Amino acid sequence: MSKTMIDKIWDQHVIEGTEGEPQLLYVDLHLLHEVTSPQAFEGLRENNRPVRRTDRTFATMDHNVPTVDIFNVKDMISKRQIETLAKNCEDFNVRLADMGHADQGIIHAIGPQLGLTQPGMIIVCGDSHTATHGSFGSIAFGIGTSEVEHVLATQTIWQTKPKKMGIRVHGKMPNGVFAKDVIMGIIAREGVSFGTGYGVEFYGDTIRNMEMEERMTLCNMAIEGGAKMGCVESDQKTFDYVRGRKYAPKNMDKAIEYWKQFKTDDESAFDKIIDLDATQLAPFVSWGTNPGMAIPIDDVTPEIKNSDDKKAYDYVGLQPGTSLKDVDIKWAFFGSCTNGRLSDLKIAASILKGRHIAKGLTAWVVPASRTIKETAEKMGIDKIFKDAGCEWREPGCSACLGMNPDHVPAGVHCASTSNRNFEGRQGAGSRTHLASPAMVAAAAIHGHFIDIREEAI
Amino acid sequence: MEKITVFTSTSVPLMNDNIDTDQLIPKQFLKNILKTGFGKNLLYDWRYIKPNVPNPDFILNKPERQGAQILVTGDNFGCGSSREHAVWALKDYGFRVIIAGGYSDIFYMNSTKNGVLAIRMPKGQREFLAQLPADQEMTIDLIHQKVIADGKEFSFDIDEKIKHKLVNGLDDIAITMDYMDKIKAYESKMPNFN
Ligand code: SF4
Repeated sequence: MSKTMIDKIWDQHVIEGTEGEPQLLYVDLHLLHEVTSPQAFEGLRENNRPVRRTDRTFATMDHNVPTVDIFNVKDMISKRQIETLAKNCEDFNVRLADMGHADQGIIHAIGPQLGLTQPGMIIVCGDSHTATHGSFGSIAFGIGTSEVEHVLATQTIWQTKPKKMGIRVHGKMPNGVFAKDVIMGIIAREGVSFGTGYGVEFYGDTIRNMEMEERMTLCNMAIEGGAKMGCVESDQKTFDYVRGRKYAPKNMDKAIEYWKQFKTDDESAFDKIIDLDATQLAPFVSWGTNPGMAIPIDDVTPEIKNSDDKKAYDYVGLQPGTSLKDVDIKWAFFGSCTNGRLSDLKIAASILKGRHIAKGLTAWVVPASRTIKETAEKMGIDKIFKDAGCEWREPGCSACLGMNPDHVPAGVHCASTSNRNFEGRQGAGSRTHLASPAMVAAAAIHGHFIDIREEAI
Repeated sequence: MEKITVFTSTSVPLMNDNIDTDQLIPKQFLKNILKTGFGKNLLYDWRYIKPNVPNPDFILNKPERQGAQILVTGDNFGCGSSREHAVWALKDYGFRVIIAGGYSDIFYMNSTKNGVLAIRMPKGQREFLAQLPADQEMTIDLIHQKVIADGKEFSFDIDEKIKHKLVNGLDDIAITMDYMDKIKAYESKMPNFN
């Protein structure tokens, strides 16, 4: 019987149990952040258990960290979560990229950046956007706090294998269309729960032609379609990306030889296939309060079909039949584990270069990691943003979610490169419009969205 | 984890259906670093008129219901968001046993992970339990899968594996520890690229 890449990696990691029931899987890499780990460490302490494989565990602070004046954490609970992680890592001997550390950043940015994320692995983290790491040809998914404790204590996890969905993407993406638009386009068409119960694999020539950071964006948002995981088969680009990084294998040739086995045999191995013609895509922008409520920029907002739509329109203060080019944008956010990497900042900077953001608009640039920040600074990218009137900030989750001091004010429409436009996500009453970095940059200049296909970029 | 074999306590009836995890523990109480401390905010919106002012009419606040460790409730208990804090809040409040018509899958799994016994019983039997006086104790005999109260006995079903965990006070980690030889054998076969 044909097998998918997910089957092959999964089966290779089974320690106990049969398919269809919970199976005990080995975890190659366990990533931690300050929000979902404290109770897990508390559980270890209560039971006198150590962290079993500190060499397969890595932690950082990201959700709560301030992005200006980083050591001055004013919120008492944020401060406690940050300090607790530092103490837990010290007590249990876990590697930590602490506040201000050169390796610090959003956990899903630093895994790939440090070479911790590798093909063929099972990677878990107490965070739903763990799906990002699947872009390396691995299985990566978010887990709950009890499971975090279980992985810390045993380096294993009980899981039932999901069904497998193939998403075939083909054709050249038109100018102005990016990986973000591919995944937003899929979720807009298929809905926010099309992936429930599935592990998703993206494949096809469009995906092959994508750079690694684009694949990360794609897999990162697979979770917004309800999928348990999103992944892309590894190839030469993957291997080249991993090579030479801090925690990359020393014997890369041997590693690559091993990684090459994890390939989907053929399409018959999938339980379900979705097809997407990338040549037909336009830049997408979300209008409502979930990532499925999104439209191509040349479209208008849809009719009200149910109470969810009604509630969403009330919240964002818009009407059906509106062009998103007509909505006043007063805030722009460049950042997050979806689109806060160097390539994203470069694209945004290329559009902002020599221009200025609209009057009365606030724009925050928050690199996803300190390394990205410093690299961008060496390249002069920070200067382009600053000259355009943007604030260049320290790395962290920032305004992707309202858990740290970076909030979008109530009632304000924000063009955002992040992944969730839920009610209150960027701050109480904030109105989020998800889009690609290029679209957000153009919106920042004009004070409203434009169709970037009509403007040379 | 504390074992549950034969357990005797008074109870609290709260017969609403679909009590969701948002009601059990509202989201403003989720930011914490401990599993404990959630009990005082269990069912917050029903329990308090305003901060620190308990609603005297709500059953959990009645003097005669204090110390009860069994919750008798409605159908589809623990639905909504997957937050594990809902179980932590019930347990921290003192509930060790819940008797409902049914549970959301995630809530049910979370309860087994935290040593809380969640029993499914038909409506008629739950209604009988719900009308017992506040000082009437009931006994949960998990070994023989029986609820005994006021001279009556009701049996209930439970998955053997889950029963084994609760009766022996085993958490998932303790169970997995039994596979440690296999885990180590797996590790010894893993490829090394260094
Ligand atoms: S950037 Fe946003 S989505 Fe990513 S880990 Fe942080 S809070 Fe979660």
